[in-house]
Amino acid sequence: MNLLNFFQRKPTAPVARERLQILLAHERATSGRPGLTNLLKDEILAVIKKHVAIDPEKVQVKLDSHSGVSTLEIDIEMPVQPRPAV
Amino acid sequence: MATVLVVTSGKGGVGKTTSTAALGVALAQAGQKTVVIDFDVGLRNLDLVLGAERRVVFDLVNVVQGEAKLAQALIRDKRVETLSLLAASQTRDKDALTEAGVARVIEELREKFDWIVCDSPAGIEKGASLAMRFADRALVVTNPEVSSVRDSDRIVGLLDSKTLRAEHGDKMEKHLLVTRFDPTRAERGDMMKVEDILEILAIPLIGVIPDSEEVLKASNLGAPVTLSAPGSAPARAYAEATRRLLGETLDVTLPAEKKSLIGRLFGRRVA
Repeated sequence: MNLLNFFQRKPTAPVARERLQILLAHERATSGRPGLTNLLKDEILAVIKKHVAIDPEKVQVKLDSHSGVSTLEIDIEMPVQPRPAV
Repeated sequence: MATVLVVTSGKGGVGKTTSTAALGVALAQAGQKTVVIDFDVGLRNLDLVLGAERRVVFDLVNVVQGEAKLAQALIRDKRVETLSLLAASQTRDKDALTEAGVARVIEELREKFDWIVCDSPAGIEKGASLAMRFADRALVVTNPEVSSVRDSDRIVGLLDSKTLRAEHGDKMEKHLLVTRFDPTRAERGDMMKVEDILEILAIPLIGVIPDSEEVLKASNLGAPVTLSAPGSAPARAYAEATRRLLGETLDVTLPAEKKSLIGRLFGRRVA
C-alpha cells in the first residue's frame, strides 16, 4: 500500500452492510419467511379492490423488521375518482 | 425443566463447535446438568474439541438405532462433572439419524439434564434440520462477514418455520452470538460492526466473542477456553453469554485482550 492509497482508503464495511441489506430484502421476499408478505398483500388488495379500481402494478408492499419490531408498508397509487354527479 | 438449545449458523467454520464446547463447560460450571450433542454425523469433532476423542465407544447413531443404551453412550467430562457428551458417529452418514429416533433420545435426555446443547452441522440438510427440530431456543453463530450473515438469515427463517415449536405456533427464542470479532478492524471500517449485523438479522444479541489466539490454543489442548484460559477475553465473553442464557440481564461488552507493550506498539497479531 503506498502512502497515497493509505490516505484515500475507503472503509469496506458499509459496502458489505449495504450489499447484504439489498440481497436479504430480496431473498426474504422469495423464500422462507416470505409467505406472510404475499398473503397480506393479496388479502388487503382484495378488500380495497371491492371499493376502488386499482392498478396492481402500482402497489408496493414491504415487510421489514428492526430490532424485534416488524413493519408492513403498503403503498397504493389510487386512481383519480371522478366526482359523483349531483 | 430442561432446555434444548441448538447452536447453528448455516455456514461452516464460524465457531459452532467451539462455541458449543465453551458454553457447555460454562453452563456446567454454573452448576447446570449439561449434555452437549454432536449432530455432525460422519464429520464429528465436538469430542476432539472437548478432549474426549479417545473415550468414544458408542455414539448418537448407536442410541438412535437402538444398538446401545443412552447411559452407555454418554461420556462424562473428567474436569467438570456436570458435563456430558454424546458424540456423533464417524463412520455412518447423516441418513443414519431418524426424526423419531432423535425425538426419543431428546425426550430421555430431558429427564436427566437441565441443558441439552445440540451442535448443528453446517448446511441446511438433514443433520442440521434434525439438530434444530426439537429445540426450545436457538443460538445463531455469526462472523462479521457477508457470507456468514447471509447464511444466518436463512437459518433464522428455518428456525421460524421448520422446528417443532414453530409448527405448533410457539415462539422460538433466538440469540445472536457474534464470533471472531475484531474491534480494531471494525473501528477502521473494514469489518461490519456488531450493530450492523444486529440490524440486518434483527434477533437479540447474547454475546460478542473477540477474535483471539486463545481459541485455537484451547482446541489444540482439547480444553475449551472457559476451562483452559478462564481469564482470557474470549472465555470471559463466553461466560457472560452463559449468564445471559441463564436469564441474567447484563450489558454486552467486548472483553479486551490484555496486550503486551510490544503488541500495542505494533498492533499486529498472528492468527
